[in-house]
Parts: sequence; C-alpha cells; structure tokens
Amino acid sequence: MPSPTTAAVPPAAAPVLPRARRGTAALLTERVIEALVYLCGISAIVFVFGIFFFVFKEGAPMLGKLDFTEFFFSKNWIPTSSVQPQYGIGALIVGTLSVTFLAMAIAVPFGLGAAIFVSEFCTGKTKETLKIVIELLAAIPSVVWGFIGLSVMSPVIIAVFHVPVGVNLFNAAILLALMSVPIMVSIGEDALKAVPDSYREAGIALGATRWQLIYRVLLPAAKNGLLAAVLLGVGRAIGETMAVLMATGHAVNIPGSIFDPVRTLTATIAAELGETSHGSPHYQVLFLIGVVLFSITFVVNLAADFIVKGIRKK
Amino acid sequence: MKPNNSINRGLLLAAVLTTTAALILSGCGKKEGAESGGKKTNVANIGSDTMVNLAAAWAEAYGAIDKTVVIEVNGGGSGVGIKGLLNGTAELANSSRHMEDKEKAELKEKRQLDAKEFVVGFDALSIYVHKDNPMNEITMEQLGQIYGAAGKTTKWSELGVTAIPGAKGDEIIRVSRQNNSGTYEYFKEAVVGKKNEFKLGSLDMNGSKDVVELVGKTPNAIGYSGMGYANPSVKMLKVAKKAGEPAVAPSIASTHDKTYPISRPMFFYTAGEPAPHLKKYIDWTMSDAGQKYVESTGYVPLPKK
Repeated sequence: MPSPTTAAVPPAAAPVLPRARRGTAALLTERVIEALVYLCGISAIVFVFGIFFFVFKEGAPMLGKLDFTEFFFSKNWIPTSSVQPQYGIGALIVGTLSVTFLAMAIAVPFGLGAAIFVSEFCTGKTKETLKIVIELLAAIPSVVWGFIGLSVMSPVIIAVFHVPVGVNLFNAAILLALMSVPIMVSIGEDALKAVPDSYREAGIALGATRWQLIYRVLLPAAKNGLLAAVLLGVGRAIGETMAVLMATGHAVNIPGSIFDPVRTLTATIAAELGETSHGSPHYQVLFLIGVVLFSITFVVNLAADFIVKGIRKK
Repeated sequence: MKPNNSINRGLLLAAVLTTTAALILSGCGKKEGAESGGKKTNVANIGSDTMVNLAAAWAEAYGAIDKTVVIEVNGGGSGVGIKGLLNGTAELANSSRHMEDKEKAELKEKRQLDAKEFVVGFDALSIYVHKDNPMNEITMEQLGQIYGAAGKTTKWSELGVTAIPGAKGDEIIRVSRQNNSGTYEYFKEAVVGKKNEFKLGSLDMNGSKDVVELVGKTPNAIGYSGMGYANPSVKMLKVAKKAGEPAVAPSIASTHDKTYPISRPMFFYTAGEPAPHLKKYIDWTMSDAGQKYVESTGYVPLPKK
C-alpha cells in the first residue's frame, strides 16, 4: 500500500525564496499567474452558467406563448405545420427516458460485472488485454455505432425477434449500453481498486469465500465510486445524440413495446435545428428542449450528489 | 538562476498574450479585407428551402469561376424569395412553385418591372419499397391514405399485398424525412395536402440516402426520396394520379414530359431583365457545368439540348 506521506515530500523539500530578492516584475507575474489559475478554477462554473444562459435566452421569447401542459404532455410534435403548429414533447421525453432506462438495465450488470472481474479476478496479461480492449470500445465514434445500428443490427433484430422494424428502442438501447459500459468499467474498477487491501486480507482471514468477500465487503466499501460509475453511464446515455438519431427509428411515438421506434430529445434538436430559420418559434422551442434536457441531467447529477453524501454520512 | 526563471515565465506569458492578440487582430483584419475588397458584387439569392442546398452548391462552385461575384444564398421558402423580389431585398428568387399572377401584378405596380422566369431543374420524388415487396404500382390516393393524418391505411393487406418475403407482420412502416427538409415539405404538399398533417409515428430519417438505406433493410417499409438514391435492395413504385389511370415509373423522361405525378419544376425569378453579371450566373447554372450540381444534389437536370 502506498504511504500518503511519500507523495507529500517533494513540495515540502522545494526551496523557499527569500522575499527581498523578488523584483516587481516577478511579483506582477505571480499575481497574473495566480489570477489565471483562479480563472481556470472557476471556469467550469462560468461555462455551465454561460451555456445555460445562452440556451435559455434563445428559447425565452417562446415562454409566454407556450402552453406548458401541452408542451410537456402532448405527444403531437408538429412544429412545421402550415395550419396549426403543435409543440408537444411528451413522446420525446418518454423516448429519451425509455431508451436510457433500457440501456442502463443492460449496461449496469455488464459494466459492474466486468469491473469486478477486471479488478478482482484478472491478473497479468488477461487484465492488461481486457483493459485495453474495453478502452478501445470507448474510442469508437458514436456515428459508427449509429451506422452499426442502422445497417447491421436492424436486419438482425427483424430476423431474430420477428418484428416489423429493426431500428427501435431495443436497438438504440443496446448501442447505448455498449457505449456506456467502458465508462462504467474503468470508473468502477478504480473504485474497487481504491478499497484498501487490508479489507480483503481481513475478509479472507475470516474465512470468507471470494463471492462473499465481493458481495459483503468490496461492494459496500466501493459503493460511492460504483454509483458514480453508473451515473456517468446514465449521463452518457441521456446525452448521446448521433447513435440514437440513427438507431431509434426517430419516430414521434410513445412505445408500447421495446421493439417500437421512438425519438429522443437530443436527436430532435440535432435533426431539426440545422435547417430551422433563426429566431422562428420552431427554433426557440428547440432551444427550450435544450433547457429541458439540461434540467434532466442537472437533476440526475444533483440526485447523485445527494445520494453519495447520504451514503458518506452513514 | 531563479530570477531568470521567473523572467522566462514572464516572457512565455507575454508571448502567449501577444500571439492571442495577433490571432484576434488578424481575424478581424481578414474580415475587413474581404468587405472593403471593393470590386466584388454581391447577389442576394433568397427563397425555396427545397432548392437551398442546390443553390448553395451552385454559389460555391461559381465562386471559383467568377471571382468578382458573390452569391449569398438564403432559404426561408419560395414565398419569402418572391416577397424579396417585390420589396427589392432579393435580386434572385428561388422558387419551387410558379409565381402567382397576383404577385406578378404587385411587382409591376411596386417596381414597374416584369417578373422573369427561368426553369433551372426539376424536383421528383420516387416511392421506394423493399425489393422483395410484390407491389409495383401505387396511386396518389393510396399514398395519402398511408401518410396523411386522416388516412386509414396502416396494413399492407389493405393495399392488396398479402405476403412480403422476409416481412414480419402486416404493418406498413412509414419512412419519412425530418420536418424541415424541402423533401418533406414537397411530399406533404403533393401527397398529404398542404393543409393536412403527416400521420405521426413515421421514421423520420435525416437524409435522402438514409431513407433508401432503411427501406432496403426493412421489408415492411415504404419511403420517399429523390430518384437518384435507388440501390439494388429497393424498388421504385410506379405512381398513378388516380385509380384506373396508368401508373408511371419515375424517370428523367417522365419528369420532363410531366406524366410522373410527384415532380415539379424549380425556378429562378428575377425582377425585370437580370443584370449582366446575374445573367451570366443564371446561364451558367443552366449549362451542362451547372446542371451537374442538379444531379449531384439529388434533383433532375434539365433536358439536354
């Protein structure tokens, strides 16, 4: 086990300059650099609020004109109608949530299982190979996943499950699961690795089997990290755009089964924003969808934060 | 040694700052240069969303041919382009419909000019089904029943198609386009009706090619796209205007003689005779060199002279 003191030694050993020898130029440089580091530190906050502000600003003019019951609960998304445009995103919200949920139902067992395997059962070459291959999985661009969904998986799903259409909820969920598994594995493995070896030694000394050790000792000890792994996976799945645009079927539809095509919020923005004229109601509503999406991920992250804090208190 | 180090840091910082400043300044400089470059003539080219990709392709290619003219393309719809002609904000209007008599009269009244019309290409949509689908012909009314919100047709058996090899179930899988593409707009106008809506729940693909690709992978599907996108895994249906009338296969010839129902000409309109630099551009778009782009953007070129 690495001792924490060794890491702290180099800064303590660095020579401290006597104040008198510093010129004004050096002092000024220090101030500037201090300010820069401070800016870097708070830049994340600035960017988050900046992005939220600009997305909100683009959509804001529509706020007064929109019927929010219709906006959230209607499934009629007909923004370009020449008679009566309707902006109901109910089906799109259901689409996003259903794809994410199904993807997680597939990815969590696989991701955490793989993390446990890599961290606890693998050694040497197998471990290295597995880690590299799993990282490769994360490096595949989402448009390639989408292409696989559209042209490889779609005919297979039709043939195997006897359904009329191959680009659907199930297809996209499998892709999203495959995309979020690598994140879960690497973060989950780190979390398990962070559990001190003394826990393992104590467990084995008490006569626990490997399974008991994992189930009773390691999983509870690494709870926070594993939860973070799952939630990062959820974030990946909600935010993914290109793959779901190609593989969900992109149909405004409330799914009755996992083999129905759906449409997500992200894919709607991606498909429609490009050719919508700037400042039109359709354009503004697309930005409001961006705000909704932002709020969903915000709530997920906030919930994760509270859960993790709650676990820490116990 | 140490003070030297901090001077170095200071130098580095200064270097970074000056480079950034230089980059920003040079960026500004470039923009000003292009604007005050002087000799360039700008042409405002506004109109049809159907034609916006084609017009942009033309404008870009023409930039290399005549460096003194800059064609600025904007969409918004055929009506927007024609309105631009009426109030003088557009010099060249793209339109996928004929200019109405009312609009021509308004142009005469407002600007004392006659509208000048140029046919620059054709827009034709093919109806695609899977290659194993036994269906060969479809009528415009059947298409309306399949795609329109008020339409009742949802099953292949209702169209008399009972067994599609490889198909699971009887459901018609409707493949459509995203709701702000020109193709979507034209199909809506021609088949569903301008005042009607599409039936929700169609698979809205994000490109002409994706539609054909998906239909080729889905035996139950039907879709519409430009006729240039056909591939061996799909079949183009012949389309009849009404039940009982002969069905016509989509082709360049049947588009030109107007027998194929889902096709329309695309126009350029100018107010009065175009200025020489504009005339040169219009002639170029109608020449073989320009018509090449009509085909490459998925439309039907003019008949060869």
